[in-house]
Amino acid sequence: MSWFKRVKGGISTTTDEKKEVPEGLWEKCPQCKKTISKSDLRENKYVCPEDGYHFRIGSEEYFNILFDDGVYTELDADLMGADPLKFVDKKPYDSRLLEAQEKTGLKDACRNAVGKMNDIDFVVSCMDFSFIGGSMGSVMGEKIARAIDFAREHRIPVMVISKSGGARMMEAAFSLMQMAKTSAKLALLDREGIPYISLLTDPTTGGVTASFAMLGDFNIAEPGALIGFAGPRVIKETIGKDLPKGFQSAEFVMEHGFVDLIVPRTELKTKLTNLLQLLQIEKAKPISVPRKKKKTAEEAE
Amino acid sequence: MQILDFEKPIIELQKQLEKARELAIKDDKKGTREKAVAELEENLEKLKKQLYTHLTGWQKVQISRHPERPYTEDYINNITENFVELHGDRNVKDDKAIIGGFASIDGQTVMILGQQKGRNTKERQYRNFGMPNPEGYRKALRLMKLAEKFNKPIITLIDTPGAYPGLEAEERGQGEAIARNLREMSVLKVPVICIIIGEGASGGALGIGIGDKVLMMEYTWYSVISPESCSSILWRSWDFKEKAADALKLTADQMLDNGLIDGIIKEPLGGAHNEPEKAYKNVKAEIKKQLKDLIDMDAEVRIMKRIEKFSNMGVYAA
Repeated sequence: MSWFKRVKGGISTTTDEKKEVPEGLWEKCPQCKKTISKSDLRENKYVCPEDGYHFRIGSEEYFNILFDDGVYTELDADLMGADPLKFVDKKPYDSRLLEAQEKTGLKDACRNAVGKMNDIDFVVSCMDFSFIGGSMGSVMGEKIARAIDFAREHRIPVMVISKSGGARMMEAAFSLMQMAKTSAKLALLDREGIPYISLLTDPTTGGVTASFAMLGDFNIAEPGALIGFAGPRVIKETIGKDLPKGFQSAEFVMEHGFVDLIVPRTELKTKLTNLLQLLQIEKAKPISVPRKKKKTAEEAE
Repeated sequence: MQILDFEKPIIELQKQLEKARELAIKDDKKGTREKAVAELEENLEKLKKQLYTHLTGWQKVQISRHPERPYTEDYINNITENFVELHGDRNVKDDKAIIGGFASIDGQTVMILGQQKGRNTKERQYRNFGMPNPEGYRKALRLMKLAEKFNKPIITLIDTPGAYPGLEAEERGQGEAIARNLREMSVLKVPVICIIIGEGASGGALGIGIGDKVLMMEYTWYSVISPESCSSILWRSWDFKEKAADALKLTADQMLDNGLIDGIIKEPLGGAHNEPEKAYKNVKAEIKKQLKDLIDMDAEVRIMKRIEKFSNMGVYAA
């Protein structure tokens, strides 16, 4: 019996009042509530050393984890969101975009990079959840398409790291068609026998799940990630029943046969390397793209 | 016939016209009443044209959901002969929300399939309101592969409020089923024509919507989300569906303007349900016309054109 009863259900904080994770030297694990120093957390690939909770991280962190010495070259960095429909809900979409760009320092919710992972040339397209919930608009679709084209051109493996609530409603049917576009590109990649890895992280839902995220030669998930087509709230409303515990978790999705393996982030690079080496892909053209100097930890923060 | 709220002025005028006609028959010495009748008739036509050519997004959504609107089965029965319905995904079950099979259109065998809604409560439940489960998409893909094997063109008819957001649907991989269709349809070796005949809601519609030609009927909608759900998410209230419908630019002409579909099929004034025969005729003529162009094309060229079309969709700045 608790002393206080929660009267208001759901999230009642408005977006303006929303508090971002405070900057500082310490991070608190939302699951076990233990405090961890930021440097320890970075060292442990942003996984709580106590209970294995996977913190939500962005493209920069993933690129640093995956690429040797954190060295990579960003591709198509200049692509930016536009507002093809002049969409206005409570706020115009173009000002939402500007706000998100200012807040995150990113151009949109997806970044492409090429680099070496344990000496294997590898192109990675990675989402940033901090940018409008990692939602998929024209930029994300185009970036993923270009990453796939890059992989085809150089005959190197490609990975898409999904972390997205799904389609970006403010781009309406343009957003929907990104599902068609990315899947069509994957069909071409498929024909050419180049490996495609889909890494599903927390959360992966909606149109992202119903296109490239589920089409990996290898669908790999992070432990505990929410993975599904419809969101849990919608399903609950539709069936009028509470959802079973663990529903739509990575473990649940693997149990039902839609994920090949679950890999903790701490083992990700080793596991991917192992897998790609087993495939013994023959490369056609050597890659010659300028490498970016690694940022020091201080600069990155 | 169900009357939509914005159609009320037409009904009022129709009633007046009927009354005037009655009076004119009873007693019309000077011919003035006949004149009034003619005037009313003219007004009615004008009003209809005025109303139906200036429909808002939301009004078109309403027409697309009209309970008397022709469904997939009606089109199949009225534009094809010798339809042989094929059931099941060879895996879990037969999804009643998608029907399909081989049929003939004036001697040309096609695979025709689409989402099916029901006419009454019992039928609607049986058809799950036209909301397919994963096995529906897998059945559709199985049939399309069958068409590919026997080198027959594919016609898909789209009419769904969305893929079913249920517990079992998730367990059986709703996302994977749709995703696989998107990839596989983009490289089908036979011509594919997709027609939105009613509602084109999001991934549930796109799951059978990758074609060489994607066409929308005049009073239909196609978008990433329904106006109601869009309203509830972005406005946090169900009351902004009209605004959401406008913002989404989901009508056939807006979709064509944005280069997201390949064409529009005209409907009889006020919607296909007013004169279904006319709608069937238009759809059939359009299918025949498109097939004629597509069939002669080299399969590989057709596939690459299809992929290129979807690859070019998207607007961004650099």
